[in-house]
Amino acid sequence: MNLGGSRAVNSLTIQSSSTTRRPGDGVVDPFPAGLRVLVVDDDLICLTILERMLQKCLYEVTIHNRAEAALELLRRDKTGFDIVLSDVHMPDMDGFKLLECVGLEMDLPVIMMSADDSKDVVMKGVTHGACDYLIKPIRIEALKNIWQHVVRKKKQDRKEMEFEQSGSVEDGEQQQNPLEDADYLSSPYEENRKNSNKRKDEKDEAEEMDDTSTLKKPRVVWSVELHQQFVTAVNQLGIDKAVPKKILELMNVPGLTRENVASHLQKYRLYLRRVSGVSQHQNGLNNSFMGPPDVTFGSISSLNGLGLQALAASGQIPPQSLSTIQAAALGRVAPLIDQRNIFSYENQKFRFGEGHQQLNDNSNQLKLLHGIPTNMEPKQLGTLHQSAETFGNMQVQSQSSQSGSLMTQLAQPLSRNKILNEIDGSHVSGLPSSFGQPILSQPMPSGILTQSRSEIDNVCGAVFSSVSHPSAAVELSMNPSVQMPGNRFAPISNPRMSALASKGMLQEEVKSGMKGSRAFLANYGVFTDLNQNGSRDWGLHNVGPTFEPTQHSNMSQQLNSSLADNIPRSKAQKLPDMGFQNTPFPEQFGQEDLMSAILEQQEGTGPVGSEFGFDGYHLDNLPV
Amino acid sequence: MERNLHKQLGNMKKSLFDQGYLDEQFIQLEELQDEANPNFVEEVVTLYYRDSARLIQNIEQTLENNPLDFAKLDNYMHQFKGSSCSIGAKKLKNECTQFREHCKTGNGDGCKRTFQQLKKEYAALKKKLEHYFQVP
Repeated sequence: MNLGGSRAVNSLTIQSSSTTRRPGDGVVDPFPAGLRVLVVDDDLICLTILERMLQKCLYEVTIHNRAEAALELLRRDKTGFDIVLSDVHMPDMDGFKLLECVGLEMDLPVIMMSADDSKDVVMKGVTHGACDYLIKPIRIEALKNIWQHVVRKKKQDRKEMEFEQSGSVEDGEQQQNPLEDADYLSSPYEENRKNSNKRKDEKDEAEEMDDTSTLKKPRVVWSVELHQQFVTAVNQLGIDKAVPKKILELMNVPGLTRENVASHLQKYRLYLRRVSGVSQHQNGLNNSFMGPPDVTFGSISSLNGLGLQALAASGQIPPQSLSTIQAAALGRVAPLIDQRNIFSYENQKFRFGEGHQQLNDNSNQLKLLHGIPTNMEPKQLGTLHQSAETFGNMQVQSQSSQSGSLMTQLAQPLSRNKILNEIDGSHVSGLPSSFGQPILSQPMPSGILTQSRSEIDNVCGAVFSSVSHPSAAVELSMNPSVQMPGNRFAPISNPRMSALASKGMLQEEVKSGMKGSRAFLANYGVFTDLNQNGSRDWGLHNVGPTFEPTQHSNMSQQLNSSLADNIPRSKAQKLPDMGFQNTPFPEQFGQEDLMSAILEQQEGTGPVGSEFGFDGYHLDNLPV
Repeated sequence: MERNLHKQLGNMKKSLFDQGYLDEQFIQLEELQDEANPNFVEEVVTLYYRDSARLIQNIEQTLENNPLDFAKLDNYMHQFKGSSCSIGAKKLKNECTQFREHCKTGNGDGCKRTFQQLKKEYAALKKKLEHYFQVP
């Protein structure tokens, strides 16, 4: 070690306090000071030392010696941190699992640490997506440069966004975000946080900023409404033909750039892919924790192609189901975006579904998803609700069983009723009991409960409201994705929601659950997870097969209960947040009518939708 | 007076390093000390001994089982190694590695032997560090 070097550093840093940001301290560019680091390690000694070291680097450190607690913290505020350092061997959760979760849900760079320097462990870190692997004992020099991972990731995100567009930055549509500029003190990472914190109305605008700083990446927050519009547009065009420019035109959202749309489209596609490939994942729910990560985009891709088709092939998912699922997946996304739309969607809903009968062909997963939105008819709304519930149930179930059965169920694009039935059927059967358990394992994603930011959350709120009922077995935790559904299916509370809608929701929920920050993604993810099975899919997947046409009411109850249960469970610590659900959402959502509708339908639980965290949906990191 | 103390401290430290008890990581810890955290190293070491005492005990108990649960032992030792190397306890770290090797090969006797050695080193270092920190 270079003692001299560190001494020099020490003398430099010694004057500064251990706090990070210092706006007015005269430093020209405080970056990377102020980097918000979360350290997770069960070893208290390491934790203490790392904390001190990171403070010395002028970073803002938060330490946790329990992975689950740390994950909850992250879920509560997805943009609260810039980077995560995690130990590999931890008693309550495998470091790699945490890595996956964080990567999928929050899309934060994660650095693994361990005293174990064997190649396979390091390789495991790489394959799981760690952006770096540090061998203990960790030296301060190694920590000094961790900011590079944050910058790199942001750059990648930005590149991705830029890549999507046809190459030109639409200056006209870009709005400078004065907030960000002003607040850009030491941390360029602030922008993300700000963006995600924006309320719904702000979200609708393209929060794109000029590329004034390479570190700052403009981010559009894909609110439920926005996403709904997006999906609508995509469905209209046909997933194959959906190009950003046309989507943008169809959406007709002021301030939205083609670049935003492109990026979002990319992610959406990934989601669809994942949804179809979900069947491959067959993890038991015990990973409930991990479930969400799968649910997120990752699951989408896995679901994509493999999952659905495999499921279909295996007979678990009838071809139509496949399309239904996809449609549902798509639908989920759509409804989530705009609860209001969902309600009023009645007529339009079919628009999607019908327009995309083609979706039925399994080969095109994306198409399938298109069909889903159609299900948003009033009836479907009702089902959605139920589906949501079912979803919750499903989630629970899925935990225990794998499969695409859920998917199968969802895969019926055309028959909403059928879907409803399926959902009902499967859910009803015994979900409640099963749910409780698996879900518990997962802490409630804070996202779900606290994601008041996104409108989707509001929507989901409906779903979650049921969740918030303690009785619900469904773990909310699982449901980050569940949340999503809530959002989407704002109508969930509306019994008429179509099953599809609910399904979609559920999936989304599942997915969203996984990824707090990506409500949107979550939706996608739901599908994937469903397929994936068991551990990952919270239940949606598993639920599939068990579905049987039954009354919706049962399902909804179950769902609600399950959801409610989940919520309490998953969030061991977050329970208090849960209760909170009802409150924040309405505000955020800004859609009182929607909210009330949801509230009515739900058993009085607050709109969980916001929890879906749709707000923070950042597409930028989607690898296409 | 002070210079003597400093010198004494310096000598102690040097010997600790020379004898291989401590390595550069210890220096890293010392670098983290400043006016705001003047006793950081001592605090960490104290924390280490408190935390690892529990581990040592667990390992000891597990070593008494028959048959030996090598996976468990390896797990404990991994934790112990992580803590030990974080404070720069060089010898201990080596003992841990050795122990883990024995676990991998299922060498129960090797584990026990190494563990005895490890305990000795552990106690010796503790004494030395206590002494070290006592110097004002």
